[in-house]
Amino acid sequence: MSACCLRRKEVQNMKIIVCMKQVPAGTKVDIDPETGAMKRLSGATRTNPYDLFALETALQIREKLGGTVTVLTMGPVQAEEMVKDAFTMGADEGIILSDKKFAGADVLATSYALSQGVTVAGGADLIICGRQTTDGDTAQVGPAIAEHLHIPHAAWVSGIVDVTEDAISVRQDLASVTQVSKMQYPCLITVDKDMCVPRLPSYILKKATKEKQVRILTFNDMPDQDLSRYGLIGSPTAVERMFAPPEVQKQVYLEGSAEEKADALFEILTGKKII
Amino acid sequence: MEFIKFDAQKCTLCGKCIEKCPFGALDMDGSGIVVNEKCRMCGLCVRQCPEKAICFEQKAKAFNKEEWRDFLIYVEQERGDIHPVVYELIGEARKMAAKVAYKVNCVIVGGPGTAENAQKLLTYGADKVYVYEDEGFEGFRADCYADAVADCIAAIKPSSVLIGATSLGRSLAPRLATRFHTGLTADCTTLDIKSNTDMVQIRPAFGGNIMAQIAITKSRPQFATVRYRVMDKAAKVENPIGEVVICDVNEKMTQSGIEILESKVIEKQKSLEEEDILVVAGRGVRNEKDVEMCRRLAEALGGQLAFTRPMVENGIGDQAHQIGLSGRTVRPKLIITCGVSGAIQFTSCMKGAECIVAINNDPNAQIFGVAHYCIVDDLYQVVPYLTELVKNRKED
Repeated sequence: MSACCLRRKEVQNMKIIVCMKQVPAGTKVDIDPETGAMKRLSGATRTNPYDLFALETALQIREKLGGTVTVLTMGPVQAEEMVKDAFTMGADEGIILSDKKFAGADVLATSYALSQGVTVAGGADLIICGRQTTDGDTAQVGPAIAEHLHIPHAAWVSGIVDVTEDAISVRQDLASVTQVSKMQYPCLITVDKDMCVPRLPSYILKKATKEKQVRILTFNDMPDQDLSRYGLIGSPTAVERMFAPPEVQKQVYLEGSAEEKADALFEILTGKKII
Repeated sequence: MEFIKFDAQKCTLCGKCIEKCPFGALDMDGSGIVVNEKCRMCGLCVRQCPEKAICFEQKAKAFNKEEWRDFLIYVEQERGDIHPVVYELIGEARKMAAKVAYKVNCVIVGGPGTAENAQKLLTYGADKVYVYEDEGFEGFRADCYADAVADCIAAIKPSSVLIGATSLGRSLAPRLATRFHTGLTADCTTLDIKSNTDMVQIRPAFGGNIMAQIAITKSRPQFATVRYRVMDKAAKVENPIGEVVICDVNEKMTQSGIEILESKVIEKQKSLEEEDILVVAGRGVRNEKDVEMCRRLAEALGGQLAFTRPMVENGIGDQAHQIGLSGRTVRPKLIITCGVSGAIQFTSCMKGAECIVAINNDPNAQIFGVAHYCIVDDLYQVVPYLTELVKNRKED
């Protein structure tokens, strides 16, 4: 896998891939007791809310420069629902990587499968990811995809400063500084929430895209047929156990003189590293 | 160890990689291009190859735990100084290192002044600090910073790499873990180490509704990003024995696909909603002069002063800093209410705070219904004393 698979600027139509994920709607979590992997099938699902900002960003760039927006996801076939929703917002194509062999993937295996998916999709000029998912919360898959594809990335993008046929300039919020970074295509960005307002689904598009097919890719479609790169086997991290977080603290009345109370509070706050 | 992979179908044997390799690590033999032991994983050949026939990654199984030793800490620099999370990482690493007789090394990458900053780490017990200083490293760019840190990792083969879970660290870490084809646990809140050198990594998932304990048992190095302000800062050592090692930086290492057009220090005042620490003055604070007393506490804590509605109506506070149904809703890490009675219109807009402290001389005040820490006492005694405690600590 290398940057050669990605589309270069001589290609006229800008091609954008948006990586999205279907996540559990609630916060209740089921865990497979044998493998420690999460069971994703139970319960209601929704589109990872952070990914809507990625999709909106892509649609806005397409409105300016033309081209296509492809949604890429990995998960069970139920993710079709999410991709169809993306069609009603304006996405042109949708691809789901769905295979038991992909299940139980961590950051490395997930990002590898997605990077393979990018290749199968014919590459991209620009790849856009949301800042993180609401279930995994890692915010690591985007930069990892960029590394697999050997392309530069900018994370925590809070605004698009300029976008042309050749390059994109983005504003990044890096804690104490804001940085404006310019990258030539192909490149990847992860966008922050609230950088734009995701559009509502359109009824017209819903009708128009009713028959539109979502492309399902399995392990057999992957260019790299090394099974040890995917899913649980391809994941160097293993969840040893899951447990409920420590109980919320109970109420404490501090005793003694005013100064003793202040001393006690100070000890508690420094002990909890709040100050 | 298989770091560099050649795609024989794409390779035209043009020899450009051999010519460009700064370490003389590539040769051509009968079977094509081969990599020798001088390779430092700088990644230059990967970028230079006109056919894109080279990529670097190691196979997951090709590793021997014994070959990977010690801790390596990535030292983030922020506005020309060391990010405080680094001292916490050193502290945590030293605790774990003591259990398995490991050393705690650091790697620091940046523009001019980086080597000088590296010296500061020795007093906190760092054994070796590897420095990659070059004008070309001015300003963070994930790709070339990853190249420099990867160069260090390939050379010293650490067992674990700890990186602060800051915006910058969380942009860098996934690239490195991917490059070494190994595991990364993001945003850890607890770390420990087993006698077999596997780290025990605990992190929240599902928005903090569940904790996951994660292990990386079959590959090295183990990467973890660690939240700021969770671990204890390292204690200073009396006689530092560590040393600073200046590493070669070649022109190519600083090459980046990212061009920084502008970099600005964020000066903007945080809004009330974004603030981590809030001190609230309620009606128990009698006048504007006494409000200043509360403001001094807020400033000493590095937070902001907020008000209840009656204080705004009296003209003492401003509306932008009012908490309540007719003002703002906040969820700070710490909120200290001073002389606030705790009407529902107020508490419903701040009870999501992680730690609520109430100071009020009326034991029946409703605020004590939502507070985690209750101080039934005269705020005119407690607040100034507490302010001094906080100030003195900052000066240590």
